[in-house]
Amino acid sequence: MNGDSREAVLGALRRATQRDSNTAAAAAVKERLAGHARNTVPARGQLDRDGMLDLFVEQAEAVDATVTLVSRPSGVPGAVADYLRGENLPTRLRMAPDPKLDAYPWDESPLLEIERGKGEASDMVAVTGAFAAIAETGTLMLLSGPDSPTTLNFLPDAHIVVVRAAEMVACYEDGWDRLRATGRMPRCVNFITGPSRSADIEQTLQLGAHGPRWLHIVLVAGDSDG
Amino acid sequence: MSAEAPTSHRFPDNARAALADETLQRGLASAKVGFRVRRSEAAARLPEFETLRDEARDIKDHVLAHLDLYLEAFETRVTERGGHVHWARNAAEARDTVLTICRAAGAKTVTKGKSMISEEIGLNAFLEDNDIEPVETDLGEYIIQLRHEAPSHIIAPAFHVPKAEVAETFQKHHTTLDPNRPLEQPRQLLEEARAMLRDRFLAADVGITGANFLIAETGATVIVTNEGNGDLTQTLPRVHIVLASLEKVVPTLEDATTILRVLARSATGQEFTSYTTFSTGPRRGEDLDGPHEFHVVLLDNGRSALVGTELQDVLRCIRCGACMNHCPVFGVIGGHAYGWVYPGPIGAVLSPALIGVEEAHHLPSASTFCGRCESVCPMRIPLPGLMRHLRERGFQRGIPPAAQRWGLRLWAFLARRPRLYRLATALPLRLLGRLGRRSGRFRSLPLAGGWTSQRDLPAPQGPSFQSLWDRAGGRREPPR
Repeated sequence: MNGDSREAVLGALRRATQRDSNTAAAAAVKERLAGHARNTVPARGQLDRDGMLDLFVEQAEAVDATVTLVSRPSGVPGAVADYLRGENLPTRLRMAPDPKLDAYPWDESPLLEIERGKGEASDMVAVTGAFAAIAETGTLMLLSGPDSPTTLNFLPDAHIVVVRAAEMVACYEDGWDRLRATGRMPRCVNFITGPSRSADIEQTLQLGAHGPRWLHIVLVAGDSDG
Repeated sequence: MSAEAPTSHRFPDNARAALADETLQRGLASAKVGFRVRRSEAAARLPEFETLRDEARDIKDHVLAHLDLYLEAFETRVTERGGHVHWARNAAEARDTVLTICRAAGAKTVTKGKSMISEEIGLNAFLEDNDIEPVETDLGEYIIQLRHEAPSHIIAPAFHVPKAEVAETFQKHHTTLDPNRPLEQPRQLLEEARAMLRDRFLAADVGITGANFLIAETGATVIVTNEGNGDLTQTLPRVHIVLASLEKVVPTLEDATTILRVLARSATGQEFTSYTTFSTGPRRGEDLDGPHEFHVVLLDNGRSALVGTELQDVLRCIRCGACMNHCPVFGVIGGHAYGWVYPGPIGAVLSPALIGVEEAHHLPSASTFCGRCESVCPMRIPLPGLMRHLRERGFQRGIPPAAQRWGLRLWAFLARRPRLYRLATALPLRLLGRLGRRSGRFRSLPLAGGWTSQRDLPAPQGPSFQSLWDRAGGRREPPR
């Protein structure tokens, strides 16, 4: 049945498109797919490094994410612990098995109970890195993989994302270019802009529908403690 | 269920009932204002918004002219990534494909992200008939599934249900919970749905989502949600099935990005939706989570027949709902009156195009042609023009009642003969003017009951426009 349906649908489309030359059309399609040319990128997606940082924070906070800036990597564990204490959240957390996160001195915050792995139903707090942070709309870009399981982004009540300044890009297109440069296309690319929300009951906006109620971003300004 | 028996042919009755439904009227009044204000504020915040609309339109026009080629490219990429593409000519084929996959997976429960295609093919009723339990996970969809209702808006499916009725529904269905629990606040209702659905997410064997886009370049399917339900639906079960119609394909990640910039702003007025997710195939060897199987069902169901026709532009639709949020007709009758899956101006074009003018000929007539829908459509679909075309098509097929058709013919005959037209209208106008001189209006009039049953007809006053025009020395011929 499936082969027949495929041919029937494609056949109908081929007849309907009424192209003068199929060779030319195929070439045009091939070129477009290989070229992945940019369309208009809004001016706010073309800022310099300082502009990006300010816009990212402004946009992320506008959609109910919270942001802590830390000046060096050594400040990250303390910032996470402070955030959890401030929100009255448990200090037991599930952390992505991401080598990037090993760079932070977690032992210096002994109150944090850290388990590494994918998200489980009982997890209250997850900590992950990000592939990129997109200034244009305060969006985080995460890639699935053994170092960044997707379940961590959706199952816990609180999602804490540690982003390094070098991971900041101006627009989504910059994110795609960085991804293509890695030479791999992960199973899943998640763009995350603020915590989960719903307005399905009487148009009343509420956070924490099915995904995280809290999205906290720890932004590491400096690349080294030097 | 809605796909099985459209009620679009009963539109006048449906609309009358909707106008008399006070609960619905309250919901409509509060919803439309919010949607309109948020969209216009979001558009104003992005100076490039109008340029992006042009580009979004051009992307889809290019795709539709090369739809076969982009779908083949998409299929190749999905297959390379270990996924499966299934082609379905119609609703029955799509349902059978989903059932076959579910059976092979030994599925008992299926969680579902929001999908209009699922509504279009009547998937839930079909799965239930085959002993598989579908669980809608979008909050709005969950509410109406429990109430055995159809969605009344494509992005706010339960906006017609007031919170007190949601509470009643939850009391009735969540029988394991304390019957005396407080359920007055939206927050309490949301928390309860979140807790109840969490267990369903974890237990499901198959997750079914729709797709906002298919990316030919990479073989990715894209979903856009605010709740995160679509992501839990597609990440936790062993099998992920994506339901998508043919026209969802776009060439590249850049092209999807451009359309995403206008989608959320047009729909909810957000800068970007909370979760935009690109999925490409099943979990990779070293992944710790994600589905083991990835299937895409590509549904035609009448769409290939629109390509290359006067109605092709409707296939640019990205289902943002802006047209219905701004429609004065939708604004007073809501979604259910339209009688099939797609309400509002987009439904007034898509329904007759997909299920036929015979069933849905009332819908393109349910428009004042005010043009607001076209002015806000992010894809610049000329909705009033398409409705006009469908009215003509209905006329040509002899669908409107004989009196209406002959009346139009007579009018057309006279309108093409200005001298005769003036002669034929002058006498009745003078007569009406004299009869209605005292009150200035008519409460009832023979042959005009359709008008006077709802409102008075103003009596003609003074000379006609054309004679005034003549007197003022106006020209009859258009300037050359």
